[in-house]
Amino acid sequence: MRSRKLLFSVLVLMLVMFGVFATAFAQEGGGAGLTIGFSQVGSESAWRTSFTEAVIAEAEARGINLLFSDGQQRQENQIAALRSFIAQGVDAIILAPVVETGWDEVLQEAADNEIPVVIVDRNVTADPSLYITRVSSDFVHEGRLAAAWLVQATAGQCDIVELQGTVGSSAALDRQQGFNDVIALFPNMQIVQSQSGDFTRTNGKEVMESFLNAVDPSTICAVWAHNDDMLIGAIEAMKEAGLDPAQDILTISVDAIPDIFQAMVDGDANATVELSPNMGGPAFDAVVAYLAGETLPAWIPVAGGIYFPDTAAEELAARSGS
Amino acid sequence: MVDTKTAFEKAPAPRGFSVARLLRANRKLLFPLAAFLLILLGNWLISPNFFNVRLVEGRLLGSLVDIFNRGAPTVLLAIGMTLVIATKGIDLSVGAVIAICGAVAAVLISETELSPVVVIIISLGAGLLCGLWNGVLVAVFDIQPFIATLILMVVGRGIAQLITEGQIAVFNNPTLEFIGKGVVLGLPFPILLSAFVFILVLVFVRRTAIGLLIESVGSNDRASYYAGIDARAIKLLVYVISGLCAAVAGLIITADIKGADANNAGLWLELDAVLAVVIGGTLLSGGRFYLGLSVIGALIIQSIQTGIFVSGLPPTFNLIVQALVILAILFLQSDDFRRPFARLFQRLRRHS
Repeated sequence: MRSRKLLFSVLVLMLVMFGVFATAFAQEGGGAGLTIGFSQVGSESAWRTSFTEAVIAEAEARGINLLFSDGQQRQENQIAALRSFIAQGVDAIILAPVVETGWDEVLQEAADNEIPVVIVDRNVTADPSLYITRVSSDFVHEGRLAAAWLVQATAGQCDIVELQGTVGSSAALDRQQGFNDVIALFPNMQIVQSQSGDFTRTNGKEVMESFLNAVDPSTICAVWAHNDDMLIGAIEAMKEAGLDPAQDILTISVDAIPDIFQAMVDGDANATVELSPNMGGPAFDAVVAYLAGETLPAWIPVAGGIYFPDTAAEELAARSGS
Repeated sequence: MVDTKTAFEKAPAPRGFSVARLLRANRKLLFPLAAFLLILLGNWLISPNFFNVRLVEGRLLGSLVDIFNRGAPTVLLAIGMTLVIATKGIDLSVGAVIAICGAVAAVLISETELSPVVVIIISLGAGLLCGLWNGVLVAVFDIQPFIATLILMVVGRGIAQLITEGQIAVFNNPTLEFIGKGVVLGLPFPILLSAFVFILVLVFVRRTAIGLLIESVGSNDRASYYAGIDARAIKLLVYVISGLCAAVAGLIITADIKGADANNAGLWLELDAVLAVVIGGTLLSGGRFYLGLSVIGALIIQSIQTGIFVSGLPPTFNLIVQALVILAILFLQSDDFRRPFARLFQRLRRHS
């Protein structure tokens, strides 16, 4: 009889403690117990990989059951993943779309099944009523910040070669727009060559090589790359052409991956604008808020700063450690 | 039944390789060469300093050098692909094999104490294994080559990602980097390496009976079998060669950027290789093959690419221009397309 009482009180105590812990976790981030499908573009760059890892880690910390699907950079794979999430009846879907167009139908299917969708990272052209909100870096802002630094570093006088990202991706379109908006204010800043390097090192190198052949390298003042990987390829091309990157040709790129900090430490790069990979938290917060009936802004921007060689060594140590 | 081995030894006197005779024998062969020259000419019209070559720090720089240097991986793949296609097969896995071999080399060199030469040999061994896998599926299990090699095409990138743990595996090793970035006599090393592999394979298939056996298996493998040719061994051989060529291409691509990019290294390159072979006049239905013209085909693809890059055209037009130029080349090669024009030309001549 006594032992039964003891057992009962222990059970009650455990339940209370569980409750306390559960509320503690809920306050920490929220979303425990939810099943959320996450369709990622792929793992085409180091930044994308750290983005994926950040989302998975955030989900684990919050006790969210995350269903992860790698789209291998193909929209049809992502659409298939979304349909499978819908079929499984997940609580919410997080979509990092590979391209902007062509999502209307599958998003409508999610809406029909009353599954909220959060768009992260790149944008979509679908009707905004089909998703609850969009969490992303402000690509236009990144382009503006990059241009602002370059204007300041060259006193508004610079012939620029541009390495564009994948044609049609919002990262490429918006960074280009932000950058061009700013340099348009300065009559002596112009883009003399521009091509797509598809966000990869190999293509960045190949395109930079062709730029150095197409125009006299001594007339190029700076290279503006839509991501760090292309710039790292371009650095190789400049070195092979007997140029001193960051000296003969200034460099500015976006992402802030560990390897670009290594390049800065080696004196091969001038500046990088950070694209914050920590979008998991805000996306999960948005889902929790939506399920709680709160109204959400149409767009939740995630901010990143600009980094220079002076802090490169510390940043490299901090970022390659994690 | 004649043993394949003795057939190898009793090969008929090696046929000399003469471009002039090939052209006389088949006027079709003129077109890849003509197309290559036309595209170079077009590039020159678009960008006047296209043929300019300058020497910087003992290294030749210029668009023409870029075509041969950047085209080296496709050239290598096209060499292997030609032999595979000649046996009525296809190897869709080469792009993925590039990623695997690059990943193996990059990870081994940065995380172990192995000497670069050993790393290169292991990486080539990985390519050989991939080729063997495809070969066994096709030759032994008689699976359709398209499907058999599709398996590795899909899985291969995943394997490469597992090896690099999803990151771009970077390394610093002068010997390994030399494969992609080295310079010999002013020329980038990939040009010399691809030329060397081309000559090696050309001699191997044309100075022995192997080329003939490949063509015979491709034309009719049942008849070849009854004639005493070990069709299985021949098929196995061509997939292994293709895997090895892809491994060399993978080493070049990886060394070039001092890192293995499992996602993007060699992405879609298998399709470029197939296209190069087709432009070179080898039929997908197997049989006769033209190694040299496949190489020209690969260079055509690269010269279009390089031409677009130096043209200053907005990148949104890249794929359209590429497709239109290639379509034009294929039309040029089509007898049915040329016939009405030839007739018109003849009539005009008669009238004048």
